[in-house]
Amino acid sequence: MDAVISNFDEYLKAFGLTIGLFVVSGIASLVLGTILAVLRVGPVSILNKAAALYVTLFRNTPLLMIFVFIFIAMPVLGYNFKVVENIEIAGYNVSAFFFRACLALTLYTSAFVCEAMRSGVNAVPLGQAEAGRAIGLTFAQSMTLVILPQAARAVIPPMTSVMIALAKNTSVAAAFGLAEATATMRAFTNNNADQRIGIFLAFAIGYIIVVEVISLSSYLVERKVRVAR
Amino acid sequence: MSASVLFDAPGPRTVARHRVYTVISIAALVAMVAFAIWTLYDAGQLEYALWEPFVTPEYVQYILVDGLLETLKMAFFSIIFAVVFGLVFGVAKLSDHGWVRWPAWLVVEFFRAVPVLLLMVFAFFLLAIGNGPLSSFWCVVIALTLYNGSVLAEVFRAGINAVPRGQAEAAYAIGMRKSQVMTTVLLPQAVKIMLPAIISQMVVALKDTSLGYYILAPGLTAVGKPIYLEFSNQVPTAIVITGIYVAVNLVLTWVATLLQKRLVGEKKVLDVPMVGAPTGPNAPV
Repeated sequence: MDAVISNFDEYLKAFGLTIGLFVVSGIASLVLGTILAVLRVGPVSILNKAAALYVTLFRNTPLLMIFVFIFIAMPVLGYNFKVVENIEIAGYNVSAFFFRACLALTLYTSAFVCEAMRSGVNAVPLGQAEAGRAIGLTFAQSMTLVILPQAARAVIPPMTSVMIALAKNTSVAAAFGLAEATATMRAFTNNNADQRIGIFLAFAIGYIIVVEVISLSSYLVERKVRVAR
Repeated sequence: MSASVLFDAPGPRTVARHRVYTVISIAALVAMVAFAIWTLYDAGQLEYALWEPFVTPEYVQYILVDGLLETLKMAFFSIIFAVVFGLVFGVAKLSDHGWVRWPAWLVVEFFRAVPVLLLMVFAFFLLAIGNGPLSSFWCVVIALTLYNGSVLAEVFRAGINAVPRGQAEAAYAIGMRKSQVMTTVLLPQAVKIMLPAIISQMVVALKDTSLGYYILAPGLTAVGKPIYLEFSNQVPTAIVITGIYVAVNLVLTWVATLLQKRLVGEKKVLDVPMVGAPTGPNAPV
């Protein structure tokens, strides 16, 4: 434990990077996953199949292999994403490593986001749409007043599971040179082998706090928007 | 026309519009695939020399025996141990005694919330490095057992709870003991409900064996490195290794779907609550 307490700023910085990876790739995968889900349930059958293929492919590929693709195979093809280092937003610029890790996490997680969204839409009983049309609501009205509000509520629990998995998956970036929490834990343990149990517990507690915050906030949102049925 | 909540059955004009969308999207998809192939070709990644190792018997044997077999062995051991771990802790979480229930809850929640890779690194430093008693193979197995076991504990708990209440009540009414009710009435029925979820967890375990890369464990991800270092064929190696993973996982998923249809019917898949959700024995149901 001493090693963590005396290097507490490094500990915080490591979890800062973990949370940074989580937030950036979380938002990006929500966007990409929603687009995929729209294609997946949309009326054009070729796009349904393409989105389904994407989901099947990325869900069955280990995240580590996607990292291998982005970090080891892509540079061979001339994509090393060094360009992002020249872009500066409000005085901050991101490293190519961070960008690549976010890209890998986004590609992987968006497949799961798509599935969560789809299960939310499928959770709305068909009778709800039929009833909406029967009382004379237009397509747009039945969508915004009947179907999407119910689908959005049904999507919260599976989406939370996906986001918790993403928060834990950011640890894979450790194997590719990002000094986030797991890599820092490994470095700490390397330097202080006698304190390995304390170091492990300190980092485990950090992850547990991150996971519990996500889980609790989802629980609060779910309770707030819950309706009586 | 399959019924959907989202759309009405399309009329003639909509059908025509969809036809246009279909043509545009086919063109876009073909363009994307063509661009990917052209990129590979342009970088010289389609040359036979780079793919040759994957049709050379020695390398194929190396990939299959040192790679795939080790990966499957790791996944196999971890899922077997995880089922035992999950059974013990899942039943313990349903115990009537608080002193059994709460420690089991703590263990399960702890290992579900901690990343597998962190567990692996810890197991590696605790048991393998220096003169540790275990190889990194077993460190991967231990980490995966703890994580998947905890998930399976939740699966077992949810599965046992999914058996209709009247079953347990009837068993108590004819004078069975608590352990008899669990082993002869609840568990046999619960296993049927849980089997698909257990197989899906096998897919997760198989995918997570790839993380052994970080602690120098054997397996598919480990055999890739010497190959691409020797032939500098990073892209073909990544494609081949990923293809093997996807193929094995698809087979497992297919078995899970088959069992789901055979054993559970069209009912929905077992619902396992997320980490940190208020699922304790005192939680509102």
